[in-house]
Amino acid sequence: MTPLQTQLPTWTAVAPTLLLGLTALVLLLVDSIDPDSTRPGALAGIATLGSLATLAVAGWFLLAGTGQTGSGGAIELYGGSLVVDGLSLFFTVVVASVVAMVSLASYDYLRDRTYQAEFYSLVLLAATGMSLMGSSGSLATVFISLELASLPSYALVAFLKDNRGSVEAGLKYFLVGAVSSAVLTFGISLVYAATGSLLLADVASAVGSAGDLVGIAGVGIVMIAGGFAFKTASVPFHFWAPEAYEGAPAPISAFLSSASKAAGFAVAFRVFAVGFPLDAVVPMGIDWSLLFAILAVVTMTLGNFAAATQENVKRMLAYSSVGHAGYALIGLAALSGGGPNGNVMGASMAHLLVYGFMNTGAFLFIAMVEHWEVGRTFEDYNGLATRAPAACLAMTVFMFSLAGLPPFGGFLSKYALFYEAIQGGFWWLAAVGAINSALSLFYYSRVVKAMWIEDPTGEFDLGATPVGLYAAVMVAAVGTLLLLPAFGPVVETAQSAATALFA
Amino acid sequence: MIIEALIAITFVASMAVLLAPNAWAGRLAATLSLLPVVGSLYMWSRFDATGNALTGGTPAFETTVQWLELGGYTLNWHVGVDGIGLPLVVLTTVLTTLAVVSAWASIDDRQSQFYGLMLFMEANLLGVFTALDFFVWFVFWEAVLLPMYFLIGVWGGPRRKYAAIKFFVYTNIASLAMFIGFIALVFGLGDSVSSLDMPAIAGALRAGELGSLYGIPAATLRTVAFVAMFLGFAVKVPIVPFHTWLPDAHVEAPSPVSVMLAGVLLKMGTYALLRFNFTMLPETATQFAAPIALIAVISVIYGAMLALAQQDLKRIVAYSSVSSMGYVILGLIAYTTYGVGGATFQMIAHGLISGLMFMAVGVIYNTTHTRMVGDMSGMADRMPVTTGILVAGAFGYMGLPLMAGFAGEFFIFKGAFESTVHAAMPLFTAVAMFGIVVVAGYLLFAMQRTLFGAFRLETDYEVGPAPISETAPLAVLLVAIIVLGVAPDLFFGMIQNAVDPLLEFGGELS
Repeated sequence: MTPLQTQLPTWTAVAPTLLLGLTALVLLLVDSIDPDSTRPGALAGIATLGSLATLAVAGWFLLAGTGQTGSGGAIELYGGSLVVDGLSLFFTVVVASVVAMVSLASYDYLRDRTYQAEFYSLVLLAATGMSLMGSSGSLATVFISLELASLPSYALVAFLKDNRGSVEAGLKYFLVGAVSSAVLTFGISLVYAATGSLLLADVASAVGSAGDLVGIAGVGIVMIAGGFAFKTASVPFHFWAPEAYEGAPAPISAFLSSASKAAGFAVAFRVFAVGFPLDAVVPMGIDWSLLFAILAVVTMTLGNFAAATQENVKRMLAYSSVGHAGYALIGLAALSGGGPNGNVMGASMAHLLVYGFMNTGAFLFIAMVEHWEVGRTFEDYNGLATRAPAACLAMTVFMFSLAGLPPFGGFLSKYALFYEAIQGGFWWLAAVGAINSALSLFYYSRVVKAMWIEDPTGEFDLGATPVGLYAAVMVAAVGTLLLLPAFGPVVETAQSAATALFA
Repeated sequence: MIIEALIAITFVASMAVLLAPNAWAGRLAATLSLLPVVGSLYMWSRFDATGNALTGGTPAFETTVQWLELGGYTLNWHVGVDGIGLPLVVLTTVLTTLAVVSAWASIDDRQSQFYGLMLFMEANLLGVFTALDFFVWFVFWEAVLLPMYFLIGVWGGPRRKYAAIKFFVYTNIASLAMFIGFIALVFGLGDSVSSLDMPAIAGALRAGELGSLYGIPAATLRTVAFVAMFLGFAVKVPIVPFHTWLPDAHVEAPSPVSVMLAGVLLKMGTYALLRFNFTMLPETATQFAAPIALIAVISVIYGAMLALAQQDLKRIVAYSSVSSMGYVILGLIAYTTYGVGGATFQMIAHGLISGLMFMAVGVIYNTTHTRMVGDMSGMADRMPVTTGILVAGAFGYMGLPLMAGFAGEFFIFKGAFESTVHAAMPLFTAVAMFGIVVVAGYLLFAMQRTLFGAFRLETDYEVGPAPISETAPLAVLLVAIIVLGVAPDLFFGMIQNAVDPLLEFGGELS
């Protein structure tokens, strides 16, 4: 296939990211032209169309082979500070799909609220940052894009400013975020001190010969790992997640727990695979894959057990999101110098894509329930299927898919992940994952049981059907289902993108 | 392509029914479920498979399409039927239609969801009996559980929540054990297989290409995997002592769901045992012949004894299913053409007979609102047709000649008696035969008390003949049972053709 970059100028490779940023600016422009009239349909439409356009372009680039092996390799911009390759495009697809569903759903969720244009604009700005995170080729752009993604997120979590929970969640998220940003920056400065460069490729070649500074480099790497743990809601920086996801408007919980987490993994994958190759750092005694293996085990176990004890469905999903960060961490943990590392990392990427659909769908279902003012606990969901069978069917799909049951996408992506971990020799990691996955069925099936099998405790007064929310939830459900038969190309794309990182 | 069409049509039908209004969902489901019946009968008429699909035979209607590639293993969409799969496919389609029709009179709540789930379950069952790739098979296998969970949990009796959860948890843990056992085998095969294709894996395992895995020697790995898979399937069958979910599930499930559970879902367990344990690891199976035959006999006798102690008609039939499944296991372990072939035939026969029994008990319950033996007597006066069919079905259960049950059990006893897998097989067979006496005892006793004598009912319901939508499926089942009893060769020929390649261990080919 003819590489696209031979036909188009090089800068067009970042077109998906630019489209996201452009949509954010268009939204602000529309709002400043006509600030008084609230036209929620137009705003939600622009945001959804912008993200769909991003999705289309990123998907087209992926299919056309832009920046991938076989058509010229990664495209570097600004001296390597930005890199467009399979990994960055793949995660842009994840982020754009989530943003499309979230904007569609927000149309109903935000009805009769003020500052709608700002809401959509902040979502798209954060998405721009998340897309850039996947493209960051230097520690400086890593930090900038991470902040670009984080700052709008803080505001979005606290968007319901008359709601104590929302404001408290925003504050907690901001404080933990600020601390972890500081840790990350300090880590970057230590790595810079030891290697003399911020460019990942140069860091990689210098880190092996750090000599006496190996200790400084090691501490720096651990601190950078801590910064990413915050973004992906992994142990030990996970404790903001339940608060933020529970207090935030539900579409934002969906956005943060799916897209933001995926972006965190995107940048972590690139920084650790490219910047600190295991071949170079393990001989010096810095085995970060072991660190991630421990974090993965602790994160998935802690997330699962905490989720099992919740009475509030949204909070249960928040802890389940922590648990899923643990599964995705396997992509960084089951690596070894010279092993088939791209396969397990690719499987982790594919899991994050599937997770983007099923988890977004689940949180959007919560948004729908909040819209109906049904209540928050498992008991409040009792008998909901008698009134809203279609939506409850979709939620059932999400729950069983998150638990990893066939015939849904989550089954195959978890299977692929554990399977590749075993292939890499980390059978114990896969075993812990499989056991956790089996235990998770307990709390996911509680939701299903409440909706379908328990008798309603009272009358539901659901009111009019929220069209946008319904559509978004259905899109997510269909995506979750279709990702089972269509998993082949997804995982192949992801694995070849990840393999290119290790080349 | 016909298998794909069959499964796809059933899926689409289930979606259509799910969206239909409650008022005519039952009619629509019954009409649409005729399509797979016609399809499976067409497959039967054009059936041209030879040998066993897993051991080098040629399955009929085979297709292989690559699905995805993962870590050096190819996952294919690979389906086809041989002489073992086709009878089960026909059983599934026919029994689903009959169960759907018999549900018209009793399901009066959320009908579109009920019938949609029934058809969704049928589609997945068809997948289980036709898949020839482990992964495809496993997806269908697990997907059968979901509709069953809802069917018991939403439309079941007073303790439905407990029964549904128990069913779900038991069978899911069993699936996990089986899955891990099988995947360990695949890893142990190393480079000699490059896909999860069941024929390829069966071939490699039978050729003795299993190597060590993570320092576990091949012999240990083989034994551990066999046990893990056996336990996984034993829950599904169920074999004593893993049977405790079954009576709960049956008693709480609505009758049409019990029909599917006893008629088809239990056969998934024996089918999988035959396909995996007994086809892929025959040496280990024969090595364990004595313990397996022993638990088969225990299932037969203990299940029958438990049935003897019950007052609830549905529990009686449920426990006697445990007993009948024991015969199937006994036939499978015999490794003779009549043993394995008879076991496969018994799967079909028991599917029809237990379907009939559960359906008939359901008809009586719908009229009397009780299933307790002591609560009623003389039902024959008020419901002559139902009673007549129930009596005939019970005689089928007891093994009356010229009915399907007789053929199945006779084949199994003949095969097990001749078996040479273990010196004590004739002894086991002789003990198992006593099960028949117990079955005859409790069925005759229960029928005598409920059906005959003067009419008496300890509730206030008006009792009259059952509607035609309930008696017609019963009549169809009875006809099928008699036809298969008179002419077992309708299925037994193709079954024998498919099981003979498995018999290099144990008794001689005859």
